[in-house]
Amino acid sequence: MQIPEIVGAGLIVIGAGLGIGRIGGSAMDAIARQPEASGKIQTAMIIAAALIEGIGFAALFAK
Amino acid sequence: MVISNKALRFIIATFVICLPFISFANPETATTNAQNVESQEGSKSGHEAHAEPTDVKSEIKEFINHHLLDAHDFTFNANKETGEHYGFSLPIILWDNGLQMFSSSEFHHGPIADVAEHNGNFYKIHHEKIYKTDASGELTEEHGHPTNVRPLDLSITKSVFGILTVALVMFLVFAGLAKSYAKNGGISSGVGRFFEPLVLYVRDEIAIPNIGEKHYKKYMSYLLTIFFFILFLNILGLAPFGFNVTGNITITLSLAVLTYLITTFTANKNYWSHMLWMPGVPVILRPVLALIELLGTIIKPFSLMIRLYANMMAGHVVLMSIIGLMFIFKSWIGSSLSFVLAFALSILEILVAFLQAYIFTMLSSLYFGAGNEEHHHEEAHH
Repeated sequence: MQIPEIVGAGLIVIGAGLGIGRIGGSAMDAIARQPEASGKIQTAMIIAAALIEGIGFAALFAK
Repeated sequence: MVISNKALRFIIATFVICLPFISFANPETATTNAQNVESQEGSKSGHEAHAEPTDVKSEIKEFINHHLLDAHDFTFNANKETGEHYGFSLPIILWDNGLQMFSSSEFHHGPIADVAEHNGNFYKIHHEKIYKTDASGELTEEHGHPTNVRPLDLSITKSVFGILTVALVMFLVFAGLAKSYAKNGGISSGVGRFFEPLVLYVRDEIAIPNIGEKHYKKYMSYLLTIFFFILFLNILGLAPFGFNVTGNITITLSLAVLTYLITTFTANKNYWSHMLWMPGVPVILRPVLALIELLGTIIKPFSLMIRLYANMMAGHVVLMSIIGLMFIFKSWIGSSLSFVLAFALSILEILVAFLQAYIFTMLSSLYFGAGNEEHHHEEAHH
């Protein structure tokens, strides 16, 4: 494990965190605008978050 | 929901009572004990790769590693000072010029530590891998990796034991649920009342919206099986004396390969035409797109595999590290802090256990749905 690898993994995790934060925030907006569609929005949110999370974990374990 | 308030309180109370056992749920395999014996006997094999841990931190690290790895015997708890360990041995099944079957306890009862003798062959267990060796029990090493022959290992290890247990539990629970419908005139009874809403959820919220009314039925058995299989294994990992099965990449790999095979073999003509010769794009681009699409089919199950494995593995590592803080601080503040954190994290881990089972099933059904999509994009263009 060398320093560039750690920094790279950290950058990827920061990116993944920002991405998941954006997904969560946008889902909140969407639910506030259309509360009756909250079920569908939640499902889509979880899928998108899971896809990004996979990348974050891959970075953590590949380092 | 069918769950009444009383039942929920009972579950939470049981969980709180069981919390202290989690710290015992970390099997410490007998290799370290065996090393003690080895060093006492002054045998020549002093080239063990990892030395005896000296401080608490490295001991905790070793503990976590042993918990995460698969093992050839089942240890509940071990006392390092007295060399006792409580648990039971599991069968070792090797294919080495015929079937070789013996108990894993033979690795610890022979004259040389970690070496078992069976039908005139000698086997040595080294970092939970079995190597063929001779009567002296020596391994020839190169760059720290033994070069001895490894026979085909079909043993019932801890993970296999967990899978078999979960399979048995699932069979009993769902056979009971199915029988109760016939007995009570279409109403479930007993523990089935808890699982019926989950089964309906998988059908109504996962399978039908993603695959469609027409085709969903043939995938239901697979989707329900992986949903409950992953859920039960995740919960088993959190249970007292439980162990990490879904945090093992080989198991998530085989689940992902199953999803890939089912997607590939049940896909219709439309799916393949879109993959290999995409309609509606310039001919020059079509081979490039085919390459990308083919790569995508491999990446999809790969990400399924990594996601489940990494989530469960990370959860276990973090939870056990927090429990390990108790032994580092050795004060009442550290212990209570570690307890509260571990409690909160355990509840989060239960959520993750459900979420990961849901995500795996959801994405599998999405892929199946993509493979069964009908030819309808013409309307979208005009």
